[in-house]
Amino acid sequence: MPGPVVVFIEQRDGKFKKACWEALSEGRRLATALGAPLHAVTAGSGIAEAAKECAQYGADAVKVADHAKLKAYANAAYARIVSKQAGNASAVLFSATALGKDLSGHVAAMLGTSVAQDCTELKVEGGRILAKRPVYAGKAYATVAVKAGPLVATLRPNVFKASAPDAAKPANVENLPIDAQDADFRAAVKEILASASKKMELTEANVIVAGGRGMKGAEHWGLITDLATALGGAQGASRAVVDAGWRPHEEQVGQTGKTVSPTLYVACGISGAIQHLAGMSSSKYIVAINKDPDAPIFKVANYGIVGDVFEVLPALTAEVKKLRE
Amino acid sequence: MNIVVCVKRVPDSSARIKPGADGKSIDPAGVEFVLNPYDEYAVEEGLRIKEKAGAGEVTVLALGGPESAETIRKALAMGADKGIHLKETAPGRDFIATAQAIAADLKPRPVDVLLFGNRAIDDDGAQIAAETATLLGLPYVGVVTKLELNGRTATAHRPIEGGVEVVEVALPAAFSAQKGLNEPRFASLKGIMAAKKKPLEEKPAAAGEPRMELVKLDSPPARPAPRIVGNGKDAVPALVKLLREEAKVI
Repeated sequence: MPGPVVVFIEQRDGKFKKACWEALSEGRRLATALGAPLHAVTAGSGIAEAAKECAQYGADAVKVADHAKLKAYANAAYARIVSKQAGNASAVLFSATALGKDLSGHVAAMLGTSVAQDCTELKVEGGRILAKRPVYAGKAYATVAVKAGPLVATLRPNVFKASAPDAAKPANVENLPIDAQDADFRAAVKEILASASKKMELTEANVIVAGGRGMKGAEHWGLITDLATALGGAQGASRAVVDAGWRPHEEQVGQTGKTVSPTLYVACGISGAIQHLAGMSSSKYIVAINKDPDAPIFKVANYGIVGDVFEVLPALTAEVKKLRE
Repeated sequence: MNIVVCVKRVPDSSARIKPGADGKSIDPAGVEFVLNPYDEYAVEEGLRIKEKAGAGEVTVLALGGPESAETIRKALAMGADKGIHLKETAPGRDFIATAQAIAADLKPRPVDVLLFGNRAIDDDGAQIAAETATLLGLPYVGVVTKLELNGRTATAHRPIEGGVEVVEVALPAAFSAQKGLNEPRFASLKGIMAAKKKPLEEKPAAAGEPRMELVKLDSPPARPAPRIVGNGKDAVPALVKLLREEAKVI
């Protein structure tokens, strides 16, 4: 039997992320295709009970490293625990979150392998796992495989479907020893400063409303916020807007910002420079609002409105609100 | 203070990327290459750390073909003191083999601060820093937007979903730079002239043990045909109807 598919499940304050259920569900599909068992691995403090939830997404074994020392994320210590479970694995999967992208690199180094970051597709062909991932921020897609050992990969949030949890499934929980050394805690997180605004994270958002230079200034951003709120989505920005200081850099979408794949992306006053298109053109539906009918953004948009954002946005927000009532 | 910054030569972000005839590499026609933008933040941070410390040396390291020397000179022109060019010897190098070659070269050198860009904008690998740090046994903080040194202690800010992690590490340590860390300086004409005379050590890169292979490189899937719904705010009801009934997203 091929070695297990291991999926790392990330939590904060005992709460597991939706993106992890997506990764675990994809892990289940992969394990089934390989004829391999699925192991969920998680680490933290006081999480043993909550970890049972992993079984509901098809984990044959739930392995929990539960210790006060693991309360805060410590990259090398977490990696020590995960890599110990991954020696004979077929694949080691993470969500492509801030933590997953960081932890995977440490795990890969300990296993002597590379990471396929931000994968959008996994499949088994001739017994081998093929991972597809965007490169050049999405201007091209690379299909990669490993020659030996486990495939270490992070899965892009919002791309893989989470299965419906099966509450009836019994959890087979195993407690893991904490064999990390003191040196593994040298870069442990000391504290987490909460964002001033409780903004939704771009890469995890299902809906993104993004603004560009056409918004003409930071003082008009309320129009973006209003539509994002009405749609229950996150806010994004073009590079021009971030460089002008209208919006913080964590909102930048594009090749030198974030690559996103929401279900709906609304581009407002964004012309569609190639760097921006690279970062958002894998969105499922794209709406563009721009007064220039020749703007490149219209070439990737499912639906476009040629018009002034200052006129169209309030009308769109009002219409969406009407629907929601 | 010994500061080492690892950099990479990548296609400019405005480049059009087309898979080449071999289906594995990009068609280089018309592509301009630059110092990876995230590495610029790393170089700038290295220079600031040295300036603040009042002493030390900033070394720039790149692994790559002969053209990478140009990328190193760019960082030297910004103010770095010397360069190391690990010349590519092994085709099919993957991420871990890159980290292995860098770590093999740095192992015997004194390093207090090791800096990287958080990812290269070509392969979007986002891992060389964590892997190299692990191989060298250095503590590592990735994707950093703020870095403060107080004697031999560094405090780093690392944005995560909905917050910012604060990590305190003792030097020697490794970090990777994210946009927001600083505003990289432009190379002055004087800097560009001086860079030509700065020492640049060339040596073959260790082969390492590659594990990942590129099976193929494709263009992104084509988008559906675009549709203009209408003009101005009068088009809004039609758009909402499409989003609701056709796309089923609201």
